[in-house]
Amino acid sequence: MALLQISEPGQSQAPHQRRLAVGIDLGTTNSLVASVISGSASVLKDENGEWTIPSVVHYTESSSPVIGAVAQEQAASDPHNTIRSAKRLMGKGVSDVESSWLFDHYNFDLDSGSLPAFKTAAGNKTAIDVSAAVLSALRSTAEQTLGGDLVGAVITVPAYFDDAQRQATKDAAALSGIHVLRLLNEPTAAAVAYGLDSGTDGVVAIYDLGGGTFDISLLKMQRGVFEVLATAGNTELGGDDIDNVVAEWLLKKAKVDAPSDPGAGRLLLRLARSLKEQLSNASTVAYSEKIHDVQYDGSLSIEEFNALVEPMIKKTLAPCRQVLRDAGVSKDDVQAVVMVGGSTRVPMVREKIGEFFNQPVLTDIDPDQVVAIGAAIQADVLAGNKPDSDLLLLDVIPLSLGLETMGGLVEKIVPRNTTIPIARAQEFTTYKDGQTAMALHVVQGERELVDDCRSLARFELRDIPARTAGACRIQVLFQVDADGLLTVSALEKESGVVASIDVKPSYGLSDGEIEAMLRASMEHASDDVHKRALAEQKVEGARVVEAITSALQSDGDQHLSDSERVAVDGLVDALKLTLEQDNTDAIKQAIEKLEHGSSAFVERRMNASVKQLMAGQELEDLERTLVTSNDVTENNS
Amino acid sequence: MAITMTERAADHVRSYIEKRGKGIGLRLAVRTTGCSGMAYVLEFADEVAANDSVFEHHDIKVVVDQKSLVYLDGTELDFAKEGLNEGFQFNNPNVKDECGCGESFNI
Repeated sequence: MALLQISEPGQSQAPHQRRLAVGIDLGTTNSLVASVISGSASVLKDENGEWTIPSVVHYTESSSPVIGAVAQEQAASDPHNTIRSAKRLMGKGVSDVESSWLFDHYNFDLDSGSLPAFKTAAGNKTAIDVSAAVLSALRSTAEQTLGGDLVGAVITVPAYFDDAQRQATKDAAALSGIHVLRLLNEPTAAAVAYGLDSGTDGVVAIYDLGGGTFDISLLKMQRGVFEVLATAGNTELGGDDIDNVVAEWLLKKAKVDAPSDPGAGRLLLRLARSLKEQLSNASTVAYSEKIHDVQYDGSLSIEEFNALVEPMIKKTLAPCRQVLRDAGVSKDDVQAVVMVGGSTRVPMVREKIGEFFNQPVLTDIDPDQVVAIGAAIQADVLAGNKPDSDLLLLDVIPLSLGLETMGGLVEKIVPRNTTIPIARAQEFTTYKDGQTAMALHVVQGERELVDDCRSLARFELRDIPARTAGACRIQVLFQVDADGLLTVSALEKESGVVASIDVKPSYGLSDGEIEAMLRASMEHASDDVHKRALAEQKVEGARVVEAITSALQSDGDQHLSDSERVAVDGLVDALKLTLEQDNTDAIKQAIEKLEHGSSAFVERRMNASVKQLMAGQELEDLERTLVTSNDVTENNS
Repeated sequence: MAITMTERAADHVRSYIEKRGKGIGLRLAVRTTGCSGMAYVLEFADEVAANDSVFEHHDIKVVVDQKSLVYLDGTELDFAKEGLNEGFQFNNPNVKDECGCGESFNI
């Protein structure tokens, strides 16, 4: 008997079509997976009843790798095969590895290929392999808990992750058999968990103090889309530092030196950590513990503890000021402050950050789970389990992106409101015989003519092999990444020549300008249609003239009598004349007349081409050109 | 004609409705689909329609439309746990056979 979950009214899925989706917080030290079950998001526990697993993988020669707490236990006995903190190397190159602290802890193979790899008993493992192993463990927990295969997952990444790091995360997911619905910035996920995406527009601060890292992010929410305004932080600051200062305090109290034995050191840190955690809910804690012949007795009050952690909290305030400065917003503009990371359980942290931003901080959701929960909510929406009316938090491109084509027209490649990241390709061809270069003009906007759109960039594709018009196939690819960065590349398929350019489409555009551009496209809609039809007809007309003229030049005299030649020339001239005026119908008629008047000529050329198959190439092209222009004419009528 | 619900199921429904922030209860229904003919529908109920029957157990309202009630009469809704997987289960005396996964059934 299948176990069912409660759906939203009208959203019940047919049997076997429940769309199971999860949110995954793939952390540096710990990872967790969450899902929306019967309408509420919760973190899923693994078979040991744990809702968080250490992001640690232990490789052995003979068996498959073990992941999580079991792997962590091997850290002391088999350090080189127990990989942790792999996230720090995601998308990193050899030089990054050499400057990382991980370099001293592990054996690396930096020469094997492009990606640096950990040397383990099971062979070389890249950071992607290690992350994929962690993701597989989470996937298995999720599939067991939800009772079926996942359609996909939303995986969170730090806001500062660059393209290479994001791509590495996606690669790791693919390796573990997880379809990525979307990568979501960690601070954005935290904001989603608190439902801030459905609240009023404004600026939100996400304060994330984890075990080993600190991040502060400012997000701007507007019409359901979050934009990261600024991030700052400290990669060497977190709860571990609190444990260290408490451990030092314990040593001082016991009047002993730091234990040289690493095992004793670990136990001391564990005691310190336990005191820290108890002080989240108590005003004083007593302790009595014997660690390797040293007896620790006493009590730690919240006042003493606060004095110990205050210097650390102060260190986090500088990045807070910096993001406000970077984003150009004042503290009063910040509408909500979300607390993320286990260290924000420390009451002093909440108090000081609340004071800094002049408002109570949001702490209702477990700070260790909030990112995964936000990701789960987003995954549920992306998997299609929510009513349409629910706002879908997605980054979209605000205005269409396109390319200028002949006649000053815009060919839209990526329509506006397309969710990013996105990649769209379209094929173009040459317009003239022997054309060896192509100018590409990337534009943005909703209007039909280039002059009415915003020019973003121009670049050229050179060294196209000289062929007859229409014979080259040039693939133009528009890629917009998750940060809105547009890359346009052009590839000539036969020769493989490429050219590309990067643009930031939203750069320098205010919301007001975007609105004005959209309004103009509505107001000029019918006007634009006429302009487009005219421009298209002119391009067609010019192409027919070009094709017939070049055919006439090559063998017109051979196939046509003088009087026939005069008639065709007359029709060509008539078409040329209409091209100088702005009358769509007149051009259309002139094209039709020319095609009709030159049909005998085309037919004779065809017959001739059958006879001389070897030289037939050019004739076929002419024929195709005429057929194509016929089709276009019909489409326009 | 009646539908019942175990206390365990009611507790879970109550907590889900609380977290959702709205809803008057639970709607049970049957629709003709699936590999064995019919499938259960389990949704939050935001309103009661004209022809709905309403049953109340452990302070939780169970809303069932007339047509579905024919197939669901005597059903007990339970909350069960199988390994890591947990969820609601229909103990329906009318069922003759069901597909392997139990998501759809026949009468």
